[in-house]
Amino acid sequence: MSLPLAIIAQGGGFVRSRAGETGCPGNDGICLNWILDHLDRYQTPFIEHVYISVVPVAIGFAIALSLGLLAHRLRWLITPLTGLTSALYTVPSIAAFLLLLPVTGRGNDTAIVALTAYTLVIIFRNVITGLAGVPKDSIDAARGMGLTSRQLLFGVELPLALPEILAGLRIAAATTVGLAAFAYLAGAGGLGRNIDSNITFKGNVLVCGVLLTLLAAALDLTVLTFQRFVTPWRRAASS
Amino acid sequence: MDAVVAPGSIDGVQAGPEGSSAEPLEFRDATKRYPGSPTPAVDGLTLEVAAGEICVLVGPSGCGKTTAMRMVNRMIDITSGDILLGGRSVKDRKPAELRRHIGYVIQQIGLFPHRTIADNVATVPKLLGWDKRRIVERVDELLELVGLDPHEMRDRYPSQLSGGQRQRVGVARALAVDPPVMLMDEPFGAIDPINRERLQNEFLRLQAELRKTIIFVTHDIDEAIKMGDRIAIMQTGGRLAQYAPPAELLMAPANEFVEDFVGADRALKRLALQRVRDIDLWTVATCRVGEPVAEVRVRLEDADLDFPLLVDEQHRPIGWLSERALTGERVREELRSRADPIVELDDILRDALSDLLARDSMYGPVVDADGRTVGVLSIQVISHAVGGRGAAEVASAPDRAP
Repeated sequence: MSLPLAIIAQGGGFVRSRAGETGCPGNDGICLNWILDHLDRYQTPFIEHVYISVVPVAIGFAIALSLGLLAHRLRWLITPLTGLTSALYTVPSIAAFLLLLPVTGRGNDTAIVALTAYTLVIIFRNVITGLAGVPKDSIDAARGMGLTSRQLLFGVELPLALPEILAGLRIAAATTVGLAAFAYLAGAGGLGRNIDSNITFKGNVLVCGVLLTLLAAALDLTVLTFQRFVTPWRRAASS
Repeated sequence: MDAVVAPGSIDGVQAGPEGSSAEPLEFRDATKRYPGSPTPAVDGLTLEVAAGEICVLVGPSGCGKTTAMRMVNRMIDITSGDILLGGRSVKDRKPAELRRHIGYVIQQIGLFPHRTIADNVATVPKLLGWDKRRIVERVDELLELVGLDPHEMRDRYPSQLSGGQRQRVGVARALAVDPPVMLMDEPFGAIDPINRERLQNEFLRLQAELRKTIIFVTHDIDEAIKMGDRIAIMQTGGRLAQYAPPAELLMAPANEFVEDFVGADRALKRLALQRVRDIDLWTVATCRVGEPVAEVRVRLEDADLDFPLLVDEQHRPIGWLSERALTGERVREELRSRADPIVELDDILRDALSDLLARDSMYGPVVDADGRTVGVLSIQVISHAVGGRGAAEVASAPDRAP
């Protein structure tokens, strides 16, 4: 893998100059002092990584939710849309980045298009499952009391499907943070480039890994906090 | 599709003095046919429900009772025929608008788990655009009406309530805008027997006050007899087998199906429907101690019972006199037995019969609310009233007089 990747990535070598290093960095070890001295080198890639993770998740959420609501109304759409989004998901990420190059060119756009495509199936499925899981008797009562289809959707179905939908969003966010580490193959930024540039240097890989994990956890926590805030009845149920 | 009713819309403005007065409901040859199904779900249902009455639709599963109910608020659309609500065809009204003025209670209640009790109850008032203060006041009023403490319940979520409490909230929610008509689909079906009995009684008390026109669906004939002013028994194929008040249904089943459905103990069930005051009692010769025996003998001639009942100054029964008490010139206090059991005019026949059986007695004196003797209830009288053979045999058994 490393040969073609090196060609595409073109980058590398900017985390440290290997020439003349001695001691811990020279031995590719985990070097606390070096890490503390060089943290600033990870700042820009980290911000780029946030960008190429959050933007696809946001766009993907908007698209998948719209498709989910459409398929909820036009139920025959569920099967083809599930098939389509699943098919997108099965394209290997590296292949997707390469395939998109002629269309969108090198850069963040390619990464964002590909990563967005990957979020669709996760979120779409959860929207469909969430809406299908709304208690039938609540829907029947709502219709029986004279709620219109729209009032039913926004007043009853969506709020009750929200925990499931947000669960999908959380999985999508975590997945995207990880997949975005390959985005450098499409010429995008992000921590993936740092990893690739010095993959044998354990200290480097560790810093990138920790940052990726923190990012994924932070996004997860954000959605979770939002969810707790907008679904107070779930806490009431468990108390 | 449907118009969203915003605050201040026509509905909202009219929301002022609406409701309260019940409306009559009429099924006119109402039929529901599903494509591809050989038999209709509801087949030419024709019946009238007077304003303020409970009409129970009862029958085995698949008889179309729920379908018939759901045609009223257009949850299911009629294939042919019509349903008139207050003289207006439901087909002429927009489903959403129609439903807001028909109370709707289902077995699983269908409270919204994500909304507080207050918000659940306020569902329809909000749709009709009531102002906030009016909604808050109405919610509290309704919760009290169904026996829940508003301060305690208002901000809870449905998951924090017991089954019985949820059911009460369901009724409160259905009554929110004081609709003239209510549809109730096995509303007590998911409640345990003890609480069901209590909720039924509570609801009947509420109904005595509110006088709504109610379509009540159940598969339980006992519940139907208890709740219904009139009962529509439906049989498979969506056909109406009989539509009659409970007593008539039990006394004169229209066909074998109805007879089977109401059960072999239908004569006993009728006992629960009648009170002692509803039937012709035996007359009895009453007398007091010291009265001339000759007068008592004259009275005995006209009485249904051969021996006199001794009563006190307030005409309250003391006991049955023996022959020896009448041998002198004046009535002496020589009793065959005490007057037990004493039955009240307001007793349900079933309870009165139970008293007689428990005391191994063929008859007992009946008293009014003041305790004054008004006649005698006997097993023969009961038997005659319910018109059942089985009961007649009991009555002709050897007289084991008290």
